[in-house]
Amino acid sequence: MVQSVDLTDVKFQWRADQPVILDIPTFSVAAGERIFVSGASGSGKTTLLNLLGGVALPQTGSVAVGDRRLDQLSSSARDIFRADHIGFIFQSFNLVPYLSLVENALLPCWFSDIRAGRALERSGGVEEDARRLLARMGLDMDELSGRPVMDLSIGQQQRVAAARALVGNPGLVIADEPTSSLDEDARTMFLDLLFGEIEADAQTLIFVSHDRRLEPLFDRHVALSDVNRGSRDMIAS
Amino acid sequence: MMPILRLAPKSLASRRVTVSFSIFAIAVSVMLLLGVERIRTEARASFSNTISGTDLVVGARSGSVPLLLYSVFRIGNATNNISWNSYRTLAANPRIAWTIPFSLGDSHRGFRVLGTNADYFEHFRYARSRSLKMAAGRPFDDVFDAVLGAEVAAALGYAVGDRVVIDHGVGSIGFASHKDKPFRVSGILAHTGTPVDRTVHVSLEGIEAIHIDWRGGAPDAGARIDAERVRQMNLQPRAITAFLVGLKSRFATFSVQRKINQFRAEPLLAILPGVALHELWSLMGTAENALAFISYFVVAAGIIGMATMLMSSLNERRREMAILRSVGARPVHIFSLFILEAIFVSGLGALAGLTLFYVGLVAAQPALEAQYGLFVAIGWPTSTEGIYLIAVVLAGGLAGIIPAVGALRRSLADGMVVRN
Repeated sequence: MVQSVDLTDVKFQWRADQPVILDIPTFSVAAGERIFVSGASGSGKTTLLNLLGGVALPQTGSVAVGDRRLDQLSSSARDIFRADHIGFIFQSFNLVPYLSLVENALLPCWFSDIRAGRALERSGGVEEDARRLLARMGLDMDELSGRPVMDLSIGQQQRVAAARALVGNPGLVIADEPTSSLDEDARTMFLDLLFGEIEADAQTLIFVSHDRRLEPLFDRHVALSDVNRGSRDMIAS
Repeated sequence: MMPILRLAPKSLASRRVTVSFSIFAIAVSVMLLLGVERIRTEARASFSNTISGTDLVVGARSGSVPLLLYSVFRIGNATNNISWNSYRTLAANPRIAWTIPFSLGDSHRGFRVLGTNADYFEHFRYARSRSLKMAAGRPFDDVFDAVLGAEVAAALGYAVGDRVVIDHGVGSIGFASHKDKPFRVSGILAHTGTPVDRTVHVSLEGIEAIHIDWRGGAPDAGARIDAERVRQMNLQPRAITAFLVGLKSRFATFSVQRKINQFRAEPLLAILPGVALHELWSLMGTAENALAFISYFVVAAGIIGMATMLMSSLNERRREMAILRSVGARPVHIFSLFILEAIFVSGLGALAGLTLFYVGLVAAQPALEAQYGLFVAIGWPTSTEGIYLIAVVLAGGLAGIIPAVGALRRSLADGMVVRN
């Protein structure tokens, strides 16, 4: 199910005696929307991602993904919610080094019965869904599937990470600087493939980057500095 | 926990070099643990099998352990003898079923010589109720017949009919020998796994015969008596060193013991062999326990090594933990992953140790038996050994808590993104 995101009056600080890092009166993403969030390092980006993923909890305010209030769930319920409904892509080193290409791509299905079920529904099996997505990401499985994942190029690794974020159709994909380690060609290819799959499944996409050149590709652009009134200087990257 | 069961073996396999070293360290320690335990058990069993069916051991008054040592184990020497008359008087007690007289003090090329009589072959029992069996030949019949223990015959290569010269005293090579009166091997006993195997048995008359022309520990040059003439003489012994007693009823044990201990003609000591064996074993128990403790600590060292290996991997695995968190792993998954890895490593170590133990057992078995008279059977692991193996795995899992907590704390601090 495609997910919307709503943040209202969110305040976050690491400790009571430290400055407020995030202070977001309102931030919303509609279901199926593809939004570009720009933010320089130090704008509270990582903290926002941890809040959306349910890894961190705001001191005040509500964080809703779909119809669930993450701030009202227990920490293990947030972990389960994340496994079931959110796919993540990070900047680099996205893969578990000791798992195969396919295992890396289907990893969320090991932790989420819901995503395993959707993978089964969509492709007839968890591994089939992972293989289908890897193929859609332009990875030649005949050639690559036997190789250790750390032997893949960065571009290939990021495409495996994208397949993982999409496996079992989570409904919300959050990408954190997924292209900043890639060269021009790899970046274009990665974005084309990612957008193709996001569109095919009508997933919500939150794409965080400081690279403003990518902005025109998205439905909407939000500068984190505009929505966040939190302290600038003290924020961790 | 299913995803963790899938991840742990793959994670370990990816670090197979360091993991193998940890497994090997635990395997070696487990092999030592099982080896010490097995030898301990077998030694204890073979020890308590040394003598059975004997109700009392009687010797000159000393301590129960020294008496047991020189009479049963043929270690050390008696402080005094028992006169033949006292022996006959006591042995006539109607409650006594049989006695076996022992006369000790000589040796043959390092093996003790025991003077006794035919009752020895009839009444002596070891390992619960086994009696002595001849592997070749017959018990002694003539004054100069000798019956060899299995190990004596094997070590010195004797066969029935060979000549044996007895040395005076019990030094490894006696400075004086009874070479004027050689003995003939009349029989060889079957293997028993007891000190009997290392004993040369002759008749009491034989012992008397070889000493008849000796005075004060040396041959009396002026009174030589040759082997043929000695046969004609009265060879009834004047004294013996000890004797074993079998009672008609076990209920008489304490009253007969008291009677012997209160014997007026000379100070004697009667002991219950089971009690004295226990006393002796508890003396050796210290060394035995020390050995066991050392093996426990070696296992602990192996497990600490494994925990260290897991601890040192924590930093390089932070990103892996962050990825797992991002795909939905809960903190309990992160914790269990490390515990499970610890359990796998210690479990594989225990299994490898068990294998090494059996390989070692097969390799060492002949040497243990030949050199120490210790027969270690190769059978299934005992329940104690099974408990040890389980304990090693559990201890491994417990030691895994330390790296697991470390991983958990780092993972909770990092969340889904590792900050550098």
